[in-house]
Amino acid sequence: MNGNRWQKELTGIYAVWWRELKVFQREKSRIVSSIVQPLMWLFLFGTGIGASVNISAVNYQDYIYPGVLTMSVLFGSVFFGLYIVWDRKLDVLKAVLVAPVSRISIFLGKVLGGCTDVMLQIIILFLFSFLFPSINPWGIPLAFLLLFITSIALVSMGLALGSLLESLEGFQVISSFLVFPLFFLSGALFPIDEKLPGWLVGLVKLNPLTYAVDGVRGALLNVNIFPFYIDLGVITFFAVIMFLLGSILFSRMK
Amino acid sequence: MSIIETKVLTKTYGRIQAVRGIDLNIEKGEIFGLLGPNGAGKTTTIGMLCTIIRPTSGSASIAGYDIVKNPASVRRKVGIVFQDPTLDTVLTGYENLKLHALLYGVPANLREKRIREMLELVDLADRCNDLTRTYSGGMRRRLELARGLLHRPAALFLDEPTLGLDPQTRTRIWDYIKKMAQKEQTTVVLTTHYMEEAERVCDRVGIIDHGRIIALDAPDNLKELMGGDLVVIRAQEPPAKKIKALPYVKEVKLDKDAIEITMKDAHLHLPELLSIIPDVECVEIRVPTLSDVFIRLTGRDIREDSAEDSGSWIDSVARYRQRGN
Ligand SMILES: Nc1ncnc2c1ncn2[C@@H]1O[C@H](COP(=O)(O)OP(=O)(O)OP(=O)(O)O)[C@@H](O)[C@H]1O
Ligand SMILES: [Mg+2]
Repeated sequence: MNGNRWQKELTGIYAVWWRELKVFQREKSRIVSSIVQPLMWLFLFGTGIGASVNISAVNYQDYIYPGVLTMSVLFGSVFFGLYIVWDRKLDVLKAVLVAPVSRISIFLGKVLGGCTDVMLQIIILFLFSFLFPSINPWGIPLAFLLLFITSIALVSMGLALGSLLESLEGFQVISSFLVFPLFFLSGALFPIDEKLPGWLVGLVKLNPLTYAVDGVRGALLNVNIFPFYIDLGVITFFAVIMFLLGSILFSRMK
Repeated sequence: MSIIETKVLTKTYGRIQAVRGIDLNIEKGEIFGLLGPNGAGKTTTIGMLCTIIRPTSGSASIAGYDIVKNPASVRRKVGIVFQDPTLDTVLTGYENLKLHALLYGVPANLREKRIREMLELVDLADRCNDLTRTYSGGMRRRLELARGLLHRPAALFLDEPTLGLDPQTRTRIWDYIKKMAQKEQTTVVLTTHYMEEAERVCDRVGIIDHGRIIALDAPDNLKELMGGDLVVIRAQEPPAKKIKALPYVKEVKLDKDAIEITMKDAHLHLPELLSIIPDVECVEIRVPTLSDVFIRLTGRDIREDSAEDSGSWIDSVARYRQRGN
Protein backbone atom coordinates (compact mmCIF):
# COMPACT_ATOMS: atom_id res chain seq x y z
CA MET A 1 0.00 0.00 0.00
CA ASN A 2 2.68 2.45 1.07
CA GLY A 3 5.02 1.38 -1.69
CA ASN A 4 2.18 1.81 -4.13
CA ARG A 5 1.66 5.37 -3.01
CA TRP A 6 5.29 6.24 -3.55
CA GLN A 7 5.14 4.71 -6.97
CA LYS A 8 2.08 6.79 -7.83
CA GLU A 9 3.83 9.97 -6.70
CA LEU A 10 6.89 9.07 -8.75
CA THR A 11 4.72 8.43 -11.80
CA GLY A 12 3.10 11.81 -11.17
CA ILE A 13 6.49 13.53 -11.08
CA TYR A 14 7.43 11.73 -14.26
CA ALA A 15 4.14 12.78 -15.90
CA VAL A 16 4.72 16.47 -15.26
CA TRP A 17 8.35 16.22 -16.37
CA TRP A 18 7.33 14.36 -19.54
CA ARG A 19 4.80 17.06 -20.38
CA GLU A 20 7.41 19.80 -20.03
CA LEU A 21 9.74 17.92 -22.33
CA LYS A 22 7.05 17.55 -24.99
CA VAL A 23 6.36 21.26 -24.81
CA PHE A 24 10.09 21.98 -25.05
CA GLN A 25 10.43 19.83 -28.17
CA ARG A 26 7.65 21.73 -29.88
CA GLU A 27 9.06 25.17 -29.17
CA LYS A 28 11.80 25.02 -31.76
CA SER A 29 12.10 28.77 -32.08
CA ARG A 30 12.61 29.13 -28.34
CA ILE A 31 15.39 26.56 -28.40
CA VAL A 32 17.09 28.27 -31.32
CA SER A 33 16.95 31.70 -29.72
CA SER A 34 18.13 30.35 -26.39
CA ILE A 35 21.25 29.08 -28.19
CA VAL A 36 21.78 32.00 -30.53
CA GLN A 37 21.43 34.65 -27.86
CA PRO A 38 24.35 33.47 -25.68
CA LEU A 39 26.47 32.97 -28.79
CA MET A 40 25.82 36.59 -29.72
CA TRP A 41 26.94 37.67 -26.26
CA LEU A 42 30.11 35.67 -26.69
CA PHE A 43 31.01 36.62 -30.24
CA LEU A 44 29.57 40.07 -30.72
CA PHE A 45 29.70 41.53 -27.24
CA GLY A 46 32.78 39.53 -26.25
CA THR A 47 34.76 40.47 -29.34
CA GLY A 48 33.77 44.12 -29.14
CA ILE A 49 34.60 44.64 -25.50
CA GLY A 50 37.49 42.21 -25.62
CA ALA A 51 39.21 44.46 -28.16
CA SER A 52 39.76 47.12 -25.51
CA VAL A 53 39.64 45.21 -22.23
CA ASN A 54 42.50 43.24 -20.83
CA ILE A 55 42.02 40.56 -18.22
CA SER A 56 45.02 38.93 -16.62
CA ALA A 57 45.54 35.41 -17.90
CA VAL A 58 42.83 34.70 -20.51
CA ASN A 59 41.24 36.60 -23.35
CA TYR A 60 37.93 38.33 -22.69
CA GLN A 61 35.70 35.96 -24.67
CA ASP A 62 37.02 32.98 -22.77
CA TYR A 63 36.65 34.93 -19.56
CA ILE A 64 32.94 35.63 -20.03
CA TYR A 65 32.09 32.14 -21.36
CA PRO A 66 31.25 30.82 -17.83
CA GLY A 67 29.30 34.02 -17.16
CA VAL A 68 27.26 33.59 -20.32
CA LEU A 69 26.51 29.97 -19.41
CA THR A 70 25.25 31.16 -16.04
CA MET A 71 23.22 33.86 -17.75
CA SER A 72 21.55 31.24 -19.94
CA VAL A 73 20.65 29.25 -16.86
CA LEU A 74 19.34 32.39 -15.15
CA PHE A 75 17.08 33.53 -17.96
CA GLY A 76 15.94 30.07 -19.03
CA SER A 77 15.12 28.96 -15.49
CA VAL A 78 13.38 32.05 -14.14
CA PHE A 79 11.23 32.49 -17.22
CA PHE A 80 10.37 28.82 -17.31
CA GLY A 81 9.09 29.13 -13.75
CA LEU A 82 7.21 32.34 -14.39
CA TYR A 83 5.49 30.65 -17.29
CA ILE A 84 3.04 28.96 -14.89
CA VAL A 85 1.23 32.28 -14.68
CA TRP A 86 0.33 31.71 -18.31
CA ASP A 87 -0.53 28.04 -17.71
CA ARG A 88 -2.88 29.09 -14.97
CA LYS A 89 -4.49 31.71 -17.14
CA LEU A 90 -5.18 29.08 -19.79
CA ASP A 91 -6.42 26.63 -17.13
CA VAL A 92 -3.84 24.09 -18.27
CA LEU A 93 -2.78 23.50 -14.70
CA LYS A 94 -6.31 23.03 -13.38
CA ALA A 95 -6.68 19.49 -14.69
CA VAL A 96 -3.24 18.58 -13.35
CA LEU A 97 -3.89 20.03 -9.92
CA VAL A 98 -7.04 17.92 -9.29
CA ALA A 99 -5.19 14.70 -10.03
CA PRO A 100 -4.47 12.41 -7.07
CA VAL A 101 -0.84 13.55 -6.95
CA SER A 102 0.48 15.75 -4.17
CA ARG A 103 1.31 19.37 -4.94
CA ILE A 104 4.90 18.83 -3.94
CA SER A 105 5.28 16.11 -6.58
CA ILE A 106 3.79 18.36 -9.23
CA PHE A 107 6.19 21.08 -8.13
CA LEU A 108 9.11 18.68 -8.27
CA GLY A 109 8.07 17.53 -11.75
CA LYS A 110 7.97 21.14 -12.90
CA VAL A 111 11.38 21.90 -11.41
CA LEU A 112 12.92 18.85 -13.07
CA GLY A 113 11.21 19.70 -16.35
CA GLY A 114 12.60 23.23 -16.26
CA CYS A 115 16.08 22.05 -15.31
CA THR A 116 16.05 19.54 -18.15
CA ASP A 117 15.10 22.23 -20.69
CA VAL A 118 17.81 24.53 -19.43
CA MET A 119 20.54 21.90 -19.15
CA LEU A 120 19.86 20.65 -22.67
CA GLN A 121 20.58 24.18 -23.84
CA ILE A 122 23.71 24.25 -21.74
CA ILE A 123 24.92 21.00 -23.29
CA ILE A 124 24.58 22.58 -26.72
CA LEU A 125 26.56 25.60 -25.51
CA PHE A 126 29.25 23.27 -24.16
CA LEU A 127 29.60 21.90 -27.69
CA PHE A 128 30.90 25.32 -28.70
CA SER A 129 33.50 25.37 -25.95
CA PHE A 130 36.26 24.25 -28.34
CA LEU A 131 36.09 27.72 -29.90
CA PHE A 132 37.46 29.16 -26.66
CA PRO A 133 41.07 28.00 -26.36
CA SER A 134 41.54 28.52 -22.61
CA ILE A 135 38.57 26.31 -21.66
CA ASN A 136 39.58 23.09 -19.98
CA PRO A 137 37.20 20.37 -21.25
CA TRP A 138 37.86 18.21 -18.17
CA GLY A 139 36.21 20.86 -16.05
CA ILE A 140 32.91 20.53 -17.90
CA PRO A 141 31.31 17.86 -15.62
CA LEU A 142 31.94 19.98 -12.54
CA ALA A 143 30.65 23.11 -14.28
CA PHE A 144 27.60 21.13 -15.35
CA LEU A 145 26.91 20.09 -11.77
CA LEU A 146 27.13 23.67 -10.51
CA LEU A 147 24.90 24.96 -13.27
CA PHE A 148 22.38 22.18 -12.62
CA ILE A 149 22.10 23.12 -8.94
CA THR A 150 21.82 26.77 -9.95
CA SER A 151 19.03 25.84 -12.32
CA ILE A 152 17.12 24.05 -9.54
CA ALA A 153 17.39 27.19 -7.45
CA LEU A 154 16.26 29.51 -10.23
CA VAL A 155 13.41 27.40 -11.61
CA SER A 156 12.13 27.13 -8.04
CA MET A 157 12.43 30.89 -7.68
CA GLY A 158 10.53 31.41 -10.95
CA LEU A 159 7.78 29.02 -9.85
CA ALA A 160 7.59 30.72 -6.44
CA LEU A 161 7.12 34.10 -8.10
CA GLY A 162 4.74 32.59 -10.67
CA SER A 163 2.59 31.20 -7.85
CA LEU A 164 2.27 34.68 -6.41
CA LEU A 165 1.64 36.63 -9.61
CA GLU A 166 -1.94 37.17 -10.69
CA SER A 167 -1.21 38.36 -14.20
CA LEU A 168 1.50 38.55 -16.81
CA GLU A 169 2.09 42.22 -16.01
CA GLY A 170 4.48 41.23 -13.24
CA PHE A 171 6.83 39.74 -15.86
CA GLN A 172 8.35 43.08 -16.82
CA VAL A 173 8.84 44.11 -13.23
CA ILE A 174 10.55 40.86 -12.31
CA SER A 175 12.72 40.95 -15.35
CA SER A 176 13.90 44.56 -14.79
CA PHE A 177 14.21 44.54 -11.03
CA LEU A 178 15.33 40.99 -10.37
CA VAL A 179 16.65 39.06 -13.34
CA PHE A 180 18.83 41.76 -14.92
CA PRO A 181 20.32 42.98 -11.63
CA LEU A 182 21.14 39.38 -10.71
CA PHE A 183 22.93 39.06 -14.02
CA PHE A 184 24.83 42.36 -13.94
CA LEU A 185 25.85 41.91 -10.32
CA SER A 186 27.17 38.39 -10.75
CA GLY A 187 30.60 39.13 -12.14
CA ALA A 188 29.55 37.36 -15.33
CA LEU A 189 31.01 40.12 -17.50
CA PHE A 190 33.70 41.67 -15.33
CA PRO A 191 36.21 40.53 -12.73
CA ILE A 192 35.56 41.37 -9.10
CA ASP A 193 38.79 43.09 -8.10
CA GLU A 194 40.17 46.12 -6.28
CA LYS A 195 39.25 48.39 -9.21
CA LEU A 196 35.52 48.07 -8.41
CA PRO A 197 33.93 50.56 -5.97
CA GLY A 198 33.20 49.07 -2.56
CA TRP A 199 29.39 49.29 -2.76
CA LEU A 200 29.40 47.28 -5.98
CA VAL A 201 31.63 44.60 -4.48
CA GLY A 202 29.21 44.39 -1.53
CA LEU A 203 26.24 43.84 -3.80
CA VAL A 204 28.09 41.35 -5.95
CA LYS A 205 29.07 39.32 -2.92
CA LEU A 206 25.45 39.23 -1.73
CA ASN A 207 24.32 37.79 -5.04
CA PRO A 208 24.22 33.99 -4.95
CA LEU A 209 24.82 33.86 -8.70
CA THR A 210 28.27 35.34 -8.17
CA TYR A 211 29.25 32.03 -6.61
CA ALA A 212 27.84 30.09 -9.53
CA VAL A 213 29.83 32.18 -12.01
CA ASP A 214 32.93 31.93 -9.86
CA GLY A 215 32.62 28.17 -9.45
CA VAL A 216 32.05 27.57 -13.15
CA ARG A 217 34.92 29.87 -14.02
CA GLY A 218 37.13 27.98 -11.60
CA ALA A 219 36.16 24.66 -13.14
CA LEU A 220 36.60 25.73 -16.75
CA LEU A 221 39.39 28.33 -16.61
CA ASN A 222 40.97 27.79 -13.25
CA VAL A 223 40.36 31.48 -12.56
CA ASN A 224 38.44 32.05 -9.32
CA ILE A 225 38.15 34.19 -6.23
CA PHE A 226 36.45 31.88 -3.73
CA PRO A 227 37.46 28.31 -2.92
CA PHE A 228 35.31 25.75 -4.73
CA TYR A 229 33.63 24.45 -1.57
CA ILE A 230 32.35 27.95 -0.82
CA ASP A 231 30.87 28.28 -4.30
CA LEU A 232 29.24 24.86 -4.10
CA GLY A 233 28.03 25.50 -0.56
CA VAL A 234 26.42 28.86 -1.32
CA ILE A 235 24.72 27.58 -4.47
CA THR A 236 23.41 24.46 -2.76
CA PHE A 237 22.11 26.49 0.16
CA PHE A 238 20.43 28.90 -2.26
CA ALA A 239 18.84 25.96 -4.10
CA VAL A 240 17.51 24.39 -0.89
CA ILE A 241 15.97 27.67 0.28
CA MET A 242 14.40 28.40 -3.10
CA PHE A 243 13.09 24.86 -3.43
CA LEU A 244 11.44 25.00 -0.02
CA LEU A 245 10.03 28.45 -0.61
CA GLY A 246 8.78 27.46 -4.05
CA SER A 247 7.13 24.27 -2.87
CA ILE A 248 5.34 26.13 -0.08
CA LEU A 249 4.07 28.90 -2.34
CA PHE A 250 3.15 26.44 -5.08
CA SER A 251 1.21 24.29 -2.62
CA ARG A 252 -0.74 27.30 -1.43
CA MET A 253 -1.47 28.55 -4.91
CA LYS A 254 -5.17 28.69 -5.81
CA MET B 1 -26.08 1.86 -2.60
CA SER B 2 -25.35 5.58 -2.57
CA ILE B 3 -22.09 6.45 -4.23
CA ILE B 4 -22.34 10.15 -3.41
CA GLU B 5 -23.78 11.39 -0.16
CA THR B 6 -23.85 14.96 1.07
CA LYS B 7 -25.13 16.24 4.39
CA VAL B 8 -25.93 19.93 4.76
CA LEU B 9 -23.02 20.72 2.50
CA THR B 10 -22.38 24.45 2.76
CA LYS B 11 -19.99 26.99 1.27
CA THR B 12 -19.88 30.68 2.00
CA TYR B 13 -17.54 33.23 0.50
CA GLY B 14 -17.55 36.11 2.94
CA ARG B 15 -21.12 37.32 2.76
CA ILE B 16 -22.03 35.31 -0.31
CA GLN B 17 -23.75 32.04 0.51
CA ALA B 18 -22.86 30.03 -2.56
CA VAL B 19 -24.21 26.70 -1.31
CA ARG B 20 -26.61 26.58 1.63
CA GLY B 21 -26.90 23.11 3.03
CA ILE B 22 -27.34 20.56 0.29
CA ASP B 23 -28.43 17.00 1.06
CA LEU B 24 -28.03 14.55 -1.77
CA ASN B 25 -27.94 10.81 -2.21
CA ILE B 26 -26.85 9.73 -5.63
CA GLU B 27 -27.08 6.06 -6.50
CA LYS B 28 -24.50 4.00 -8.30
CA GLY B 29 -24.93 4.08 -12.06
CA GLU B 30 -27.29 7.03 -12.02
CA ILE B 31 -27.15 10.02 -14.35
CA PHE B 32 -27.96 12.91 -12.08
CA GLY B 33 -28.58 16.44 -13.30
CA LEU B 34 -28.02 19.55 -11.22
CA LEU B 35 -30.06 22.29 -12.84
CA GLY B 36 -30.13 25.90 -11.92
CA PRO B 37 -29.61 29.44 -13.15
CA ASN B 38 -26.28 31.31 -13.19
CA GLY B 39 -24.80 31.64 -9.75
CA ALA B 40 -27.06 28.97 -8.23
CA GLY B 41 -24.07 27.15 -6.76
CA LYS B 42 -23.64 24.27 -9.21
CA THR B 43 -19.93 24.71 -9.87
CA THR B 44 -19.26 25.31 -6.19
CA THR B 45 -21.07 22.09 -5.26
CA ILE B 46 -19.11 20.08 -7.81
CA GLY B 47 -15.89 21.77 -6.70
CA MET B 48 -16.49 20.64 -3.13
CA LEU B 49 -17.29 17.08 -4.19
CA CYS B 50 -14.04 16.95 -6.19
CA THR B 51 -12.09 18.32 -3.19
CA ILE B 52 -11.00 21.46 -5.04
CA ILE B 53 -13.07 23.69 -2.75
CA ARG B 54 -13.15 23.15 0.97
CA PRO B 55 -16.69 23.21 2.39
CA THR B 56 -17.46 25.77 5.08
CA SER B 57 -19.57 23.21 6.92
CA GLY B 58 -21.45 19.98 6.38
CA SER B 59 -19.98 16.83 4.96
CA ALA B 60 -19.92 14.66 1.90
CA SER B 61 -18.52 11.34 0.85
CA ILE B 62 -17.81 9.67 -2.44
CA ALA B 63 -17.59 5.89 -2.66
CA GLY B 64 -17.33 5.92 1.12
CA TYR B 65 -14.43 8.39 1.34
CA ASP B 66 -14.94 11.65 3.16
CA ILE B 67 -14.11 14.64 0.97
CA VAL B 68 -12.40 16.56 3.77
CA LYS B 69 -10.70 13.76 5.69
CA ASN B 70 -9.60 11.71 2.74
CA PRO B 71 -9.26 13.96 -0.31
CA ALA B 72 -6.55 11.84 -1.96
CA SER B 73 -8.80 8.78 -2.14
CA VAL B 74 -11.72 10.88 -3.34
CA ARG B 75 -9.60 12.33 -6.13
CA ARG B 76 -8.69 8.88 -7.33
CA LYS B 77 -12.40 7.98 -7.46
CA VAL B 78 -13.69 10.96 -9.40
CA GLY B 79 -13.35 12.27 -12.91
CA ILE B 80 -14.17 15.83 -13.78
CA VAL B 81 -14.84 17.88 -16.86
CA PHE B 82 -14.63 21.51 -15.87
CA GLN B 83 -16.99 24.22 -17.01
CA ASP B 84 -14.09 25.98 -18.78
CA PRO B 85 -11.89 23.98 -21.15
CA THR B 86 -8.68 22.67 -19.59
CA LEU B 87 -7.02 20.68 -22.37
CA ASP B 88 -3.31 21.11 -22.84
CA THR B 89 -3.36 22.69 -26.28
CA VAL B 90 0.36 22.25 -26.94
CA LEU B 91 -0.11 18.49 -26.62
CA THR B 92 -1.89 16.14 -29.02
CA GLY B 93 -5.11 14.36 -28.13
CA TYR B 94 -3.21 11.18 -27.41
CA GLU B 95 -0.64 13.00 -25.27
CA ASN B 96 -3.36 14.67 -23.24
CA LEU B 97 -4.78 11.26 -22.40
CA LYS B 98 -1.35 9.82 -21.67
CA LEU B 99 -0.54 12.66 -19.28
CA HIS B 100 -3.81 12.02 -17.50
CA ALA B 101 -3.23 8.26 -17.34
CA LEU B 102 0.17 8.85 -15.73
CA LEU B 103 -1.17 11.39 -13.26
CA TYR B 104 -3.96 9.02 -12.21
CA GLY B 105 -1.64 6.04 -11.95
CA VAL B 106 -3.37 3.91 -14.59
CA PRO B 107 -1.19 0.77 -14.54
CA ALA B 108 1.36 0.72 -17.35
CA ASN B 109 0.08 -2.52 -18.85
CA LEU B 110 -3.46 -1.13 -19.22
CA ARG B 111 -2.52 2.38 -20.29
CA GLU B 112 -2.34 2.05 -24.06
CA LYS B 113 -5.41 -0.16 -24.29
CA ARG B 114 -7.43 2.17 -22.16
CA ILE B 115 -6.38 5.26 -24.14
CA ARG B 116 -7.31 3.55 -27.44
CA GLU B 117 -10.65 2.47 -26.00
CA MET B 118 -11.52 5.97 -24.89
CA LEU B 119 -10.38 7.56 -28.16
CA GLU B 120 -12.62 5.19 -30.05
CA LEU B 121 -15.53 5.77 -27.74
CA VAL B 122 -15.49 9.49 -28.58
CA ASP B 123 -14.56 8.91 -32.25
CA LEU B 124 -11.24 10.73 -32.07
CA ALA B 125 -8.90 7.86 -32.86
CA ASP B 126 -8.11 9.28 -36.30
CA ARG B 127 -7.26 12.74 -34.96
CA CYS B 128 -5.39 11.67 -31.84
CA ASN B 129 -1.97 12.69 -33.13
CA ASP B 130 -2.99 16.25 -33.94
CA LEU B 131 -2.39 19.05 -31.47
CA THR B 132 -5.62 19.77 -29.61
CA ARG B 133 -5.13 23.39 -30.58
CA THR B 134 -6.43 22.34 -33.99
CA TYR B 135 -9.61 20.68 -32.65
CA SER B 136 -13.08 22.14 -32.93
CA GLY B 137 -15.01 23.02 -29.77
CA GLY B 138 -17.03 19.82 -29.97
CA MET B 139 -13.94 17.66 -30.45
CA ARG B 140 -12.23 19.26 -27.47
CA ARG B 141 -15.23 18.59 -25.31
CA ARG B 142 -15.31 14.97 -26.43
CA LEU B 143 -11.64 14.55 -25.63
CA GLU B 144 -12.28 16.02 -22.19
CA LEU B 145 -15.07 13.49 -21.66
CA ALA B 146 -12.70 10.71 -22.66
CA ARG B 147 -10.06 12.08 -20.32
CA GLY B 148 -12.52 12.29 -17.44
CA LEU B 149 -13.40 8.62 -17.83
CA LEU B 150 -9.93 7.30 -18.58
CA HIS B 151 -9.09 6.16 -15.07
CA ARG B 152 -12.49 4.50 -14.57
CA PRO B 153 -13.81 6.88 -11.93
CA ALA B 154 -16.68 5.79 -9.71
CA ALA B 155 -18.26 9.18 -10.31
CA LEU B 156 -17.85 11.50 -13.26
CA PHE B 157 -18.67 15.18 -12.82
CA LEU B 158 -19.54 17.18 -15.89
CA ASP B 159 -19.92 20.91 -15.39
CA GLU B 160 -21.89 22.31 -18.33
CA PRO B 161 -20.61 19.75 -20.82
CA THR B 162 -22.44 21.35 -23.74
CA LEU B 163 -22.03 25.04 -23.00
CA GLY B 164 -21.19 27.12 -26.03
CA LEU B 165 -21.69 24.34 -28.56
CA ASP B 166 -24.15 24.41 -31.44
CA PRO B 167 -27.37 22.40 -31.05
CA GLN B 168 -26.22 19.58 -33.31
CA THR B 169 -22.96 19.12 -31.44
CA ARG B 170 -24.83 19.30 -28.15
CA THR B 171 -27.05 16.42 -29.17
CA ARG B 172 -23.97 14.38 -30.09
CA ILE B 173 -22.27 15.14 -26.78
CA TRP B 174 -25.34 13.98 -24.89
CA ASP B 175 -25.37 10.79 -26.91
CA TYR B 176 -21.75 10.20 -25.96
CA ILE B 177 -22.48 10.84 -22.32
CA LYS B 178 -25.31 8.33 -22.31
CA LYS B 179 -23.25 5.79 -24.17
CA MET B 180 -20.29 6.23 -21.85
CA ALA B 181 -22.32 6.05 -18.68
CA GLN B 182 -23.84 2.83 -19.91
CA LYS B 183 -20.68 1.21 -21.17
CA GLU B 184 -18.54 2.15 -18.20
CA GLN B 185 -21.21 1.79 -15.54
CA THR B 186 -20.23 5.16 -14.19
CA THR B 187 -22.29 7.43 -12.03
CA VAL B 188 -22.58 10.79 -13.79
CA VAL B 189 -23.35 14.09 -12.13
CA LEU B 190 -23.85 16.90 -14.58
CA THR B 191 -24.92 20.50 -14.53
CA THR B 192 -26.61 22.31 -17.34
CA HIS B 193 -28.76 25.23 -18.31
CA TYR B 194 -30.44 23.27 -21.05
CA MET B 195 -33.55 21.88 -19.38
CA GLU B 196 -34.85 20.05 -22.41
CA GLU B 197 -31.57 18.22 -22.75
CA ALA B 198 -31.30 17.33 -19.08
CA GLU B 199 -34.77 15.88 -19.29
CA ARG B 200 -33.70 13.47 -21.99
CA VAL B 201 -30.54 12.16 -20.33
CA CYS B 202 -30.99 12.35 -16.58
CA ASP B 203 -32.52 9.65 -14.43
CA ARG B 204 -33.08 12.21 -11.73
CA VAL B 205 -32.60 15.94 -11.51
CA GLY B 206 -32.12 18.30 -8.62
CA ILE B 207 -33.22 21.86 -9.18
CA ILE B 208 -30.92 24.24 -7.39
CA ASP B 209 -31.58 27.90 -6.79
CA HIS B 210 -29.73 30.32 -4.54
CA GLY B 211 -27.61 27.49 -3.17
CA ARG B 212 -30.54 25.27 -2.18
CA ILE B 213 -32.06 22.18 -3.74
CA ILE B 214 -35.70 23.10 -4.21
CA ALA B 215 -36.88 19.96 -5.97
CA LEU B 216 -35.39 16.55 -6.59
CA ASP B 217 -36.95 13.71 -8.54
CA ALA B 218 -37.13 11.94 -11.88
CA PRO B 219 -37.98 14.42 -14.66
CA ASP B 220 -41.35 12.78 -15.27
CA ASN B 221 -42.29 12.98 -11.62
CA LEU B 222 -41.28 16.62 -11.48
CA LYS B 223 -43.47 17.35 -14.43
CA GLU B 224 -46.37 15.81 -12.56
CA LEU B 225 -46.18 18.88 -10.37
CA MET B 226 -47.68 20.75 -13.28
CA GLY B 227 -50.81 18.62 -13.05
CA GLY B 228 -50.64 17.19 -16.53
CA ASP B 229 -50.80 18.29 -20.14
CA LEU B 230 -52.54 21.42 -21.26
CA VAL B 231 -55.01 21.26 -24.11
CA VAL B 232 -56.42 24.47 -25.51
CA ILE B 233 -59.40 24.14 -27.77
CA ARG B 234 -61.17 26.83 -29.66
CA ALA B 235 -64.79 26.03 -30.31
CA GLN B 236 -68.15 27.82 -30.51
CA GLU B 237 -69.81 26.34 -27.45
CA PRO B 238 -67.63 23.90 -25.60
CA PRO B 239 -69.58 21.78 -23.08
CA ALA B 240 -67.49 22.69 -20.06
CA LYS B 241 -69.46 20.64 -17.53
CA LYS B 242 -69.31 17.50 -19.61
CA ILE B 243 -65.60 17.91 -20.12
CA LYS B 244 -64.97 18.43 -16.46
CA ALA B 245 -66.76 15.20 -15.67
CA LEU B 246 -64.29 13.14 -17.68
CA PRO B 247 -62.12 11.06 -15.31
CA TYR B 248 -58.78 12.18 -16.74
CA VAL B 249 -59.55 15.90 -16.77
CA LYS B 250 -58.18 17.84 -13.84
CA GLU B 251 -59.10 21.40 -14.47
CA VAL B 252 -61.12 23.35 -16.97
CA LYS B 253 -60.94 27.03 -17.58
CA LEU B 254 -63.27 28.82 -19.92
CA ASP B 255 -62.16 31.92 -21.76
CA LYS B 256 -64.05 34.00 -24.28
CA ASP B 257 -63.29 31.90 -27.29
CA ALA B 258 -61.23 29.07 -25.93
CA ILE B 259 -61.26 26.40 -23.30
CA GLU B 260 -58.13 25.36 -21.41
CA ILE B 261 -58.12 21.83 -20.16
CA THR B 262 -55.48 20.43 -17.83
CA MET B 263 -55.47 16.68 -18.18
CA LYS B 264 -53.47 13.49 -17.96
CA ASP B 265 -52.08 11.84 -21.09
CA ALA B 266 -53.58 14.18 -23.62
CA HIS B 267 -52.19 12.18 -26.51
CA LEU B 268 -54.32 9.18 -25.47
CA HIS B 269 -57.56 10.90 -24.60
CA LEU B 270 -57.76 13.61 -27.18
CA PRO B 271 -59.94 11.73 -29.68
CA GLU B 272 -62.61 11.06 -27.08
CA LEU B 273 -62.43 14.61 -25.82
CA LEU B 274 -62.85 16.07 -29.26
CA SER B 275 -65.78 13.81 -29.99
CA ILE B 276 -67.91 15.55 -27.37
CA ILE B 277 -67.08 19.09 -28.49
CA PRO B 278 -69.00 20.36 -31.50
CA ASP B 279 -67.46 22.69 -34.07
CA VAL B 280 -63.84 22.58 -33.01
CA GLU B 281 -61.86 25.33 -34.71
CA CYS B 282 -58.39 24.48 -33.53
CA VAL B 283 -56.58 22.46 -30.92
CA GLU B 284 -53.26 22.94 -29.25
CA ILE B 285 -51.52 20.49 -26.91
CA ARG B 286 -48.78 21.56 -24.58
CA VAL B 287 -46.79 18.98 -22.68
CA PRO B 288 -45.05 20.47 -19.63
CA THR B 289 -41.27 20.61 -19.62
CA LEU B 290 -38.71 20.93 -16.86
CA SER B 291 -38.46 24.61 -17.71
CA ASP B 292 -42.10 24.96 -16.76
CA VAL B 293 -41.42 23.17 -13.49
CA PHE B 294 -38.54 25.51 -12.90
CA ILE B 295 -40.63 28.60 -13.53
CA ARG B 296 -43.39 27.30 -11.30
CA LEU B 297 -40.95 26.62 -8.46
CA THR B 298 -38.81 29.72 -8.68
CA GLY B 299 -41.06 32.21 -10.40
CA ARG B 300 -38.30 32.80 -12.95
CA ASP B 301 -37.05 31.39 -16.18
CA ILE B 302 -33.74 29.55 -15.97
CA ARG B 303 -32.36 31.62 -18.79
CA GLU B 304 -33.26 35.15 -19.59
CA ASP B 305 -32.48 34.57 -23.24
CA SER B 306 -34.68 31.54 -23.60
CA ALA B 307 -36.05 32.09 -27.07
CA GLU B 308 -35.76 28.36 -27.52
CA ASP B 309 -38.20 27.67 -24.73
CA SER B 310 -40.98 29.89 -25.98
CA GLY B 311 -43.90 27.68 -26.74
CA SER B 312 -43.66 25.89 -23.44
CA TRP B 313 -46.61 25.03 -21.26
CA ILE B 314 -46.48 28.17 -19.20
CA ASP B 315 -46.00 30.41 -22.20
CA SER B 316 -49.11 28.92 -23.70
CA VAL B 317 -51.13 29.53 -20.60
CA ALA B 318 -49.93 33.10 -20.47
CA ARG B 319 -50.68 33.63 -24.12
CA TYR B 320 -54.18 32.25 -23.95
CA ARG B 321 -54.98 34.12 -20.79
CA GLN B 322 -53.89 37.33 -22.45
CA ARG B 323 -56.03 36.66 -25.43
CA GLY B 324 -58.99 35.91 -23.19
CA ASN B 325 -58.83 39.22 -21.40
N1 LIG C 1 -14.11 32.11 -5.37
C1 LIG C 1 -15.26 32.77 -5.13
N2 LIG C 1 -15.27 33.89 -4.38
C2 LIG C 1 -16.40 34.55 -4.12
N3 LIG C 1 -17.62 34.18 -4.55
C3 LIG C 1 -17.69 33.07 -5.31
C4 LIG C 1 -16.52 32.31 -5.65
N4 LIG C 1 -16.90 31.27 -6.40
C5 LIG C 1 -18.23 31.37 -6.55
N5 LIG C 1 -18.72 32.45 -5.89
C6 LIG C 1 -20.13 32.86 -5.82
O1 LIG C 1 -20.90 31.76 -5.43
C7 LIG C 1 -22.12 31.73 -6.13
C8 LIG C 1 -22.28 30.39 -6.83
O2 LIG C 1 -21.34 30.29 -7.89
P1 LIG C 1 -21.23 29.00 -8.81
O3 LIG C 1 -20.07 29.23 -9.70
O4 LIG C 1 -21.24 27.80 -7.98
O5 LIG C 1 -22.56 29.09 -9.66
P2 LIG C 1 -23.05 28.19 -10.87
O6 LIG C 1 -24.34 27.63 -10.47
O7 LIG C 1 -21.98 27.26 -11.28
O8 LIG C 1 -23.27 29.29 -12.00
P3 LIG C 1 -23.02 29.21 -13.58
O9 LIG C 1 -24.24 28.60 -14.14
O10 LIG C 1 -22.91 30.64 -13.96
O11 LIG C 1 -21.78 28.45 -13.82
C9 LIG C 1 -22.10 32.93 -7.06
O12 LIG C 1 -22.83 33.96 -6.44
C10 LIG C 1 -20.65 33.28 -7.16
O13 LIG C 1 -20.50 34.67 -7.36
MG1 LIG D 1 -20.89 26.99 -12.99
